[in-house]
Amino acid sequence: MSNQLPAIVLLLTLLAAPLCSMMRNGDHAWKLAVSSAWLSVVAAFALLQQVWGGYEISYHMGGWPPPWGIEVRIDELSALVLVLVTLFGSIVLSALRESLRPIMRSHRHSLYYTTFLLCMASLIGITITGDAFNVFVFLEISSLSTYALIARGRDRRALTASFRYLIMGTIGATFILIAIGFIYMVTGTLNMADLAERLPAHADNRVVQASFAFFTIGIALKVAVFPLHYWLPNSYTYAPKATTAFLAATATKVSLYVMIRFVFDVYGIEFSFQQMQLGLLLVPLSIAGFLIASLTAVFQNDVKRLLAWSSVAQLSYMVLGLGLLNIDGLTASITHMFNHAMIKAGLFLALAAMIYRVESSKLSDLAGIGRTMPYTTAAFVILGLGLIGVPLTAGFVSKWYLISAALEKDWLWLAVLLIASSLMAVVYIGKIIDAAYFKPVSASHAQVKEVPPIILIPCWTFALLTIYFGIDTRLSAGLAGRVAQTLLGVGS
Amino acid sequence: MLVATVFVIIRLEKLMSAVMMMGFFSLLSSCIFMVLDAVDVAFTEAAVGAGVSTIFFLAAIAIVGRTSRPVKPNKMIVPLITCLGTGAILIYASFDMPRFGINDAPIHQHVAPRYLNDSAGEVGPPNVVTSVLASYRGYDTFGEVGVVFTAFIGVFLLLGAGTRKSGKERPAPPNVGEGSMRQKVVLREVSDLVIAPVLIFALYVQWHGDFGPGGGFQAGVIFASGIILYALIYGIVPAQKVMPPRKLAYFPAIGLLLYAGVGVVSMFKGGNFLNYSVLAHDPLHGQHYGILIIELGVGITVAAVMINIFFSFSERSL
Repeated sequence: MSNQLPAIVLLLTLLAAPLCSMMRNGDHAWKLAVSSAWLSVVAAFALLQQVWGGYEISYHMGGWPPPWGIEVRIDELSALVLVLVTLFGSIVLSALRESLRPIMRSHRHSLYYTTFLLCMASLIGITITGDAFNVFVFLEISSLSTYALIARGRDRRALTASFRYLIMGTIGATFILIAIGFIYMVTGTLNMADLAERLPAHADNRVVQASFAFFTIGIALKVAVFPLHYWLPNSYTYAPKATTAFLAATATKVSLYVMIRFVFDVYGIEFSFQQMQLGLLLVPLSIAGFLIASLTAVFQNDVKRLLAWSSVAQLSYMVLGLGLLNIDGLTASITHMFNHAMIKAGLFLALAAMIYRVESSKLSDLAGIGRTMPYTTAAFVILGLGLIGVPLTAGFVSKWYLISAALEKDWLWLAVLLIASSLMAVVYIGKIIDAAYFKPVSASHAQVKEVPPIILIPCWTFALLTIYFGIDTRLSAGLAGRVAQTLLGVGS
Repeated sequence: MLVATVFVIIRLEKLMSAVMMMGFFSLLSSCIFMVLDAVDVAFTEAAVGAGVSTIFFLAAIAIVGRTSRPVKPNKMIVPLITCLGTGAILIYASFDMPRFGINDAPIHQHVAPRYLNDSAGEVGPPNVVTSVLASYRGYDTFGEVGVVFTAFIGVFLLLGAGTRKSGKERPAPPNVGEGSMRQKVVLREVSDLVIAPVLIFALYVQWHGDFGPGGGFQAGVIFASGIILYALIYGIVPAQKVMPPRKLAYFPAIGLLLYAGVGVVSMFKGGNFLNYSVLAHDPLHGQHYGILIIELGVGITVAAVMINIFFSFSERSL
């Protein structure tokens, strides 16, 4: 059965979704969803073990060999993203039932789990596929399900946020489709490995250049690269609580993965960075991105929006690492993709736990929450430290690589800017900690109790993982370093 | 004409006429696809773009009202720049595109020859499009069914159809079509004539996809159009008697599961996911069964999704 794993890892969630939708009982649907999600985690780890050390798996859908059929191709990078999506998705899903209870009547829950599973399955599909058009197909599923997930927020503004995301996302997806159509026109193939072989011969073709432009803009919309990030803060703010944790952890990260895949593997480094000068575009934009977004985050009074802006900043770090085009930079990108997914999912989940009790994410309403909900807040603080990049947390590892990448280029000013941005993170996380521990509890929230363990355990799982990956970096940075070497074509 | 139509759509403030023009736009593009020899695509575009989506727009208009508010000019600048930029890149690229209709364009050189020459021996159906869609790239089609299913779940999650308690229903003001269209004798007589052939035609398209243009997607849409037409003329309530929403809500999932089921069975039979060749003793037979069943799955999902979405729209406008 182990050679069928690439299909199984996807089918677990993709088949559980329609089954879930047919269940009237929300609790049963939740049990099915959670068990299938955790099984897919097992499958993902099994795949990671199979490719560990730089191997590749190729699985032919329908038994047709590529380029005629669709190939599923898993290497270390996709296995890492696979673990990211399934593991963090499952942890959030485990906490989802309790967190949904206040906002939806229970018979609607099964539909919500269905959407969640569809989103997860499509992200898995994007990650494992080796076919350019197939990426687009699953991208559509993930976009549609994301819009639905966001629009279910309790606030009416969730609808506008979701609509804005829908428009931006559709433009992005259309651009990606045009890009894929163009390269198909020139090469006659859709298989990524085949494309990579055939594209260099057409590097001077304007169709390929235009395709690259469309792809870059399209995927930049999806990754929320500054200044195409406008959909993100609102979407994250108004999405139903725990959902934000899932989206923040996975959706943008998978888009970033697609970006890396296409830029490095399909179009090739030479074309992307020397001919099209992608670095000149990405580096200044991402620097502006993290400075502006961090600064904006400092001035937010709503914790959810604050964390959303911080996400924009963190995504800019990842894009920056990619644009620097050296091994440390790329290692930083990939490591941070993993670490930030974990940290931000944990933060949003802990915040969701607070909202679950306090029913507000305003900074003033969270005053004194460190005393009324000590365990949740403690987890939040650990994760917050991870976000800042304090040593012994996962965040430190990725920042370290990013700064050494800047120093390797002799760009001292960039290292300084990175540290400045981290200091801003200290300020905005400090603001929350200050409110949580040093402000008096307001009378209306004095009765607030700790959340039930079913939410608390997932929060702490994220917090402990953050510390674990701050110390043992074999899975994150170790793997990322190997992947970076392969992508850059440096002998490994 | 396409360009002219688009300009008309943008300038129109009456949403009703805009929707009509959109239908016209779809019909025109489907003609273009015909000229490009993409018969299956043209068929789909005609059925989806000109047919069902027009009806959905109409149903939506019944909810939101008929006119749009004009947008302030200063809000138009960014979209305008985006459009111009996109157009510029497209034109820039078009200089290096392979000439229209020449034989040695790359897309005819690499993958396509095998599709064209060997598919009859490897997969079976005379319609190459069907073999590419259902077998060579069956995984993509599976994904597309997933897209349709996701759309359905999304609409259900947001509009909440099928959850309305019968006791809560307000005394019915005229809903989409009901009352206004029911009295029109001509409409009724014509649709009486048309609906049954439409449904039969849908079944024909469903099973004939192997040989000519057609298949599950188009059949599902046509079938749904027949039902929706019935609902428009006779009102939602009788239509829902034919298709009880509660049961109908299961069908999108059933279609998707049917499709996936074929894939899973082929996995148990020792092939890869969606490898139909292992389904029967003879690979060609296996391919044949596989394609028939997955096309049926596609048809069920598409039809059920369309009808479901229409019902939930019109329940809203009650």
